Amino acid sequence: MVQKLTTLMETPSQTAGPYVHIGCVPTFAGLGGIYPEDLALSPITDAAKGEIVTIKGSVYDGTGWALRDALLESWQADAQGIYPGQPGADPGVTGFCRFTADKDSGEYTLRTVKPGPVKTRDGKVMAPHISLWIVARGINIGLSTRIYFGDEDNDADPILARIEQRPRVDTLIAKPEGDGIYRFDIRLQGEGETVFLDM
Amino acid sequence: MYEDSPLIPRNRAAHPVPYDPGYKTSVTRSPNLPLLSLDSTPSEETGPRFGHNMIGALDNNLILNWTKGEAPAVGERILVHGRVLDENGRAVPNTLIEAWQANAGGRYRHVKDTYFAPLDPNFGGCGRTLSDDEGYYQFLTIKPGAYPWPNRGNEWRPAHIHISVFGHAFGQRLISQIYFEGDPLIDRCPIAATVKDRGQLDQLVAPLDMAMAKPMDFLAYKFDIVLRGRRQTFFENRPEGM
Repeated sequence: MVQKLTTLMETPSQTAGPYVHIGCVPTFAGLGGIYPEDLALSPITDAAKGEIVTIKGSVYDGTGWALRDALLESWQADAQGIYPGQPGADPGVTGFCRFTADKDSGEYTLRTVKPGPVKTRDGKVMAPHISLWIVARGINIGLSTRIYFGDEDNDADPILARIEQRPRVDTLIAKPEGDGIYRFDIRLQGEGETVFLDM
Repeated sequence: MYEDSPLIPRNRAAHPVPYDPGYKTSVTRSPNLPLLSLDSTPSEETGPRFGHNMIGALDNNLILNWTKGEAPAVGERILVHGRVLDENGRAVPNTLIEAWQANAGGRYRHVKDTYFAPLDPNFGGCGRTLSDDEGYYQFLTIKPGAYPWPNRGNEWRPAHIHISVFGHAFGQRLISQIYFEGDPLIDRCPIAATVKDRGQLDQLVAPLDMAMAKPMDFLAYKFDIVLRGRRQTFFENRPEGM
């Protein structure tokens, strides 16, 4: 026998299920009026400093079908690479946004400021990126990934550098389509499967 | 400097398997390839905070919040209470907890739910609260009903309440489900069965807690929530290898 550890085990995840919208975006789900508005409809206010970008995409399952029921959340730094709550952060950036796949097309839209590069505690610099968390019916534990930008220099990013199969790096890079619009599709499984992170 | 420390790497054995043929929808929605496991960075160690001013007085009272206090929902009145902790046993104060559930008949207020059980005009089915300074939280609600769902031939979900918890770091984000002590449907449920460790599944089952029940008013169930913790050795927060 050995001494007992005092650490606790994390509560296990369970799928968000088909009715996640009731709990997380009730107005969107038809429960308007229960709160003044749904949580975190935008990660920025009109006062946010920086370049406004719009990211669009879909979440595809292993058969290539775009999920109509996916719920996504994003978290990001401001244009200077400072996270909300840290000293010097832009008060116009709340950093957190919750958005959904369109119930007819499956496409999501995220309008935000492009974040700046973020330093790690080792003094390395991560290229501008937005953290993403995806839940839906059939996803037993939320999936984490990152959106990087195709028109930024991503070569020195220490996270992307750890992806062994170099063609898979592209799955984390939003493609510029002009006018501040980017395309970022997420493939849960199969050909072109998105790199999901465990960090 | 605890709040600046790296997160403890997630113990995936504590969680459901992503791919489980018993839960058919997971078959096409689970990654085939391994996750990329790396130490956390500020992008995972920071996260959104929410203030008490955002929370309405009835937001954690699902019995009354749909009718703004006008008329109570139908069903077995229960208090669901507990504490949000991290893996180190530290309280997680002031964190947002959201809840959603079916009504007492097992019907969700959702356009996609067409089960025979009727909607309760006095029940919406969602609520939210912030944990207090010591991590404690509570919801007043009705016990949700079991309901059938399409998966294998004759599948029924045990009574459950969905919960969403933020913690203080985006890497702590968690969605789960609360089950209730004594429900025979738990052991028949393919979604509960995605958690392969029996002790971990037991963590999702709230015991009846008569000490918190209010005579002639409501029963109580206790449900503690454990989020990822942070490494807390003296050797943290130094450049790698130093």
